[in-house]
Amino acid sequence: MTSLAASLQHHFTDFKQQKESAVLGMWSFLVQEVMFFGGLFLTYAVYRSQYPQAFHDGATHLDVVLGGVNTIVLICSSLTMAMAVHAASKGHRGGIACWLLLTIFFGSIFLGVKVVEYKEKWDHGFIPGISDHGLTVDHETHQARPTGFALYFALYFAMTGLHAIHMIIGIPILAIIAINGLRGRYGPEYYTPVEMTGLYWHFVDIVWIFLFPLLYLIGAH
Amino acid sequence: MGKSFPPLLPPQASTVAVEVDVLYALLVAILAFFTLLIAGLFLFFGVKYARKSEADRPIQVHPPMWLEIAWSVIPLLICVVLFVWGVALYFKIYTPPKDAITIHVVGKRWMWKIQHMSGAREINELHVPLGVPVRLLLTSEDVIHAFSLPAFRVKRDVIPGTMTTMWFNATKTGEFHLFCAEYCGTKHSEMNGKVVVMEKDAYQRWLAGPNAGLPPAVQGARLFEELNCISCHRNGAEQRGPVLEGLFGKPVLLKGGGTVVADDTYIRESIVNPTAKTVNGFESLMPVYLSQLSEEQVNALLAYVRDTLGKEEAPKASPKPAAGLPGSAASPKPSESKGR
Amino acid sequence: MSTPNHAAPQYQEEENYLTHDTSIQSWLLTRDHKRIALLYLLSVTFFFTIGGVFATLVRIELLTPAGDFLSAEFYNQAFTSHGVMMIFFFLIPVVPAVLGNFLVPLMVGAKDLAFPRINLLSWYIFIVGAGCAVFAVLTGGLDTGWTLYPPYSSAYSQSRVTWAVAGVFIAGFASILTGVNFIATVHRMRAPGLTWFRLPLFVWAHYATSLVMVLGTPVIAITMVLLGLERVFGFGFFDPAKGGDPVLFQHLFWFYSHPAVYIMILPAMGVISEIISTFSRQKLFGYSFVAMSSLAIAILGFLVWGHHLFTTSQSAYTGILFSALTFLVAIPSAIKAFNWTATLYKGSVVWETPMLFAFGFMGLFLIGGLTGLFLATMGMDIHLQDTYFVVSHFHYVMVGGGVMGYMGGLHFWWPKITGRMYSQFWSKLSAMLIFAGFNFTFFPQFILGYMGMPRRYHSYPEEWQVLNVMSTMGASILAIGYILPGIYLTHSIFLGKKAPANPWGATGLEWKTSSPPPPHNFHETPIVTTEAYDYQSLPLSETPEPGGAR
Repeated sequence: MTSLAASLQHHFTDFKQQKESAVLGMWSFLVQEVMFFGGLFLTYAVYRSQYPQAFHDGATHLDVVLGGVNTIVLICSSLTMAMAVHAASKGHRGGIACWLLLTIFFGSIFLGVKVVEYKEKWDHGFIPGISDHGLTVDHETHQARPTGFALYFALYFAMTGLHAIHMIIGIPILAIIAINGLRGRYGPEYYTPVEMTGLYWHFVDIVWIFLFPLLYLIGAH
Repeated sequence: MGKSFPPLLPPQASTVAVEVDVLYALLVAILAFFTLLIAGLFLFFGVKYARKSEADRPIQVHPPMWLEIAWSVIPLLICVVLFVWGVALYFKIYTPPKDAITIHVVGKRWMWKIQHMSGAREINELHVPLGVPVRLLLTSEDVIHAFSLPAFRVKRDVIPGTMTTMWFNATKTGEFHLFCAEYCGTKHSEMNGKVVVMEKDAYQRWLAGPNAGLPPAVQGARLFEELNCISCHRNGAEQRGPVLEGLFGKPVLLKGGGTVVADDTYIRESIVNPTAKTVNGFESLMPVYLSQLSEEQVNALLAYVRDTLGKEEAPKASPKPAAGLPGSAASPKPSESKGR
Repeated sequence: MSTPNHAAPQYQEEENYLTHDTSIQSWLLTRDHKRIALLYLLSVTFFFTIGGVFATLVRIELLTPAGDFLSAEFYNQAFTSHGVMMIFFFLIPVVPAVLGNFLVPLMVGAKDLAFPRINLLSWYIFIVGAGCAVFAVLTGGLDTGWTLYPPYSSAYSQSRVTWAVAGVFIAGFASILTGVNFIATVHRMRAPGLTWFRLPLFVWAHYATSLVMVLGTPVIAITMVLLGLERVFGFGFFDPAKGGDPVLFQHLFWFYSHPAVYIMILPAMGVISEIISTFSRQKLFGYSFVAMSSLAIAILGFLVWGHHLFTTSQSAYTGILFSALTFLVAIPSAIKAFNWTATLYKGSVVWETPMLFAFGFMGLFLIGGLTGLFLATMGMDIHLQDTYFVVSHFHYVMVGGGVMGYMGGLHFWWPKITGRMYSQFWSKLSAMLIFAGFNFTFFPQFILGYMGMPRRYHSYPEEWQVLNVMSTMGASILAIGYILPGIYLTHSIFLGKKAPANPWGATGLEWKTSSPPPPHNFHETPIVTTEAYDYQSLPLSETPEPGGAR
């Protein structure tokens, strides 16, 4: 228990105050994350209402199956993350590490699928400024793309890219927490870092729950 | 102009200038009153209740509620007056009268390219007739600019990709400053010039002078042919777009619901970006002229659709629903090109 | 120099936060909010100096109508660099990150902010962001104006826009983390008995400011991401040729940058509340009205950004809504001004240096705020938009209000921060020079603006030279006013009289510990039993017993 006592930082009076501060701080941070993504969602809303046809056309070039698989993968990772927090609250060292490894596994699958999808966009020339030959002309019909088509893919890469960066930041944090968990740094009295990482991870998953229909499903059927 | 202390106001040279200045005077009075009141009271209390000894015990004052309410409500009432006046004046300054003549202005780093409907062109100078409402249609070829005429108390941002409008009615002959007011790069402060207000007949003479050229509506008619617009915008079996005769100024039913008045902004948008607001009953087949045409060419087409086709009767027999709503009364646009 | 004073002798020898460890790494790796505040103090002073040099160049250029002192390119870089440095790296962080960082934990009776390591991280993030911006400014320059409007910034400018955009993006997170830290601290770290309505108004103001930082700053961050993607890869968000809308950038930009003005002014208002109450020995008049007006300003501030767009393609009806909401912000500001003035009524007023700055704040902020009414009035704004009237207005608010508040606060808490007193004569002279120089500089600019002189002009018509020369003369007085404190405050650190724990006879927990405070602020957690500014029960001996938390 000595290692746990050391986890109380000097400026807090007790664990309760420390935990409450961390929870409030984390939620405040997530509020700023909402505003951060909010700017993108606003831009999306503006241009989608301005160019509904182009956005519809753009969405038909996304793979709903890959997107759907990724959605399920992410939901699974949220479940394993919740299990890790539960294991931490019970003080199961092995449980924390195992569930977090599973979370990392699912997160990596998601990113792998994303790489496959990005590669396909690269081949079709849908990446603004990098490989953008398909954004102005449809190579099959040789027809010009409607105005707003390029904006759809600009938003696709900005939104999914920013989401992916959040996951890439999250995975090393999960790894550190897993190692600390294995070393017995967390127990029923103190598992705030696991819980805070969980909040972050769930937030990142929820962003995807919004991205998936907005980007993939508007072009379906 | 010497280097003496300048007057506190720019020349009052348009119909709105006096009202703007009266409102300004009211605002200055409010500014002076509250600044002197609060700063004066602060100093007065600070001297009157100055600490006399270190053992001074202040008399604690409990703030009465009525006072807090009073100094919230009185500023609110002043604000309501300013708000209402400001909104009314805004609409007055930005709503051109129906009989205004039109002038096209294109901003490009770092010059103003101006074209009158008679065809006269000028750069960084704007000649206008006295006592005639003048409407400016503003577009930009590159970055955001702003067309500012302080003597007329009017200003409007000139934004690439869209068309903005402003108007004024000059009340004094003479030369007045014209500025670019939105920062646009290295020579921003050289993107200025003058507006020259002339008597009406002097203006007509000026239009016919060395600056004269082909009227934009005529240029537009040629472009209309060159680009083969007529192959779709015509009545009959091969019609693939709305007919443009008599269209200008009328409400248009859009695909997917909603209507829009076919004004300058809409016609311009329909040329450069036809997929944005497609007319009901038509497919969006028209090519996007966004980067194909220069702003001047778009303005010429616009002038043709507005001033030539817009004056013609809409054809009666149409196999497709007409673009305009039935029974819509559009105010006929006065011909700006009488002088040519 | 060591004149004995009545600070409790047992604390004379005791270590304070400055002396307990003096190694370099004890500063660079410190988690003490007081030391981090000093790190911020040094860095923002440095950026203020850079911004000030550029302001000097701008004012010298404008002495003559022709653009003859600087080239047009360099002039544009000078006013841009002045704006970027002053706004993002001085005005926004200055009061919260220096005074707020130092005082919020002391005022709530805590040993530190809730997240000391994140506090240190925020300083490093700030330095990295500022480093990017300084790099942009000093190598190749930046010529977009601090507003960074596309398509000029995205497609036309040849300068180091991407670096500056990265700098603003990175520094934004320093601001967000500071806000998160304050929110958690005010909610969770208050001393026993310190209820919300016993908090000093400085803390209320910082709480309101933190809300703006957390809710607003991420929006500028994402806007900078979009602008960067646009510039580097041509994503087209603001490019009309790709169907984008340049005005959308203005909406996103001002959604943060208007509230950012409240990040600058709200904490300064908190400072003024403390000063006025202390130097008139009165409980602040209408305490709860002043506290709530801070929140009202923070919230309303998010709903007014469209008033920057009255002359763009924004619809007139949208403009009406923004105009109405903008007028509403005037009400809480008026409530504050009236309550501050009424606090002096039947008080026991003493005109020490901080009080002079508070008076300067009142005068300048009133003019700044009331000229805001001109710009909120839609029909009037058409004529004034993008002229020197706007330039003068926001300098009155942000420098007249914000910097006067900061200077007042710095002089008020300097004895607490350094444990030394500064020269009364020189500091009062500085306060008066700044007030006079400021008005001399910026009042002519109102007239120039109404005459129609556009902002960001390298050359201008000859008839405006007289007013511009006046403005430059005023600026040189202002410069002396700002240089003086650098001298006498530095002097005081080494040779100033030792400050007692409570030199002004103020209430507030920060005065109950020694000057400078010990590393953990209080030897025992203080227990609060009275409301803020309870001068009735404060013993009015010259200096109350220091280290009262024993």
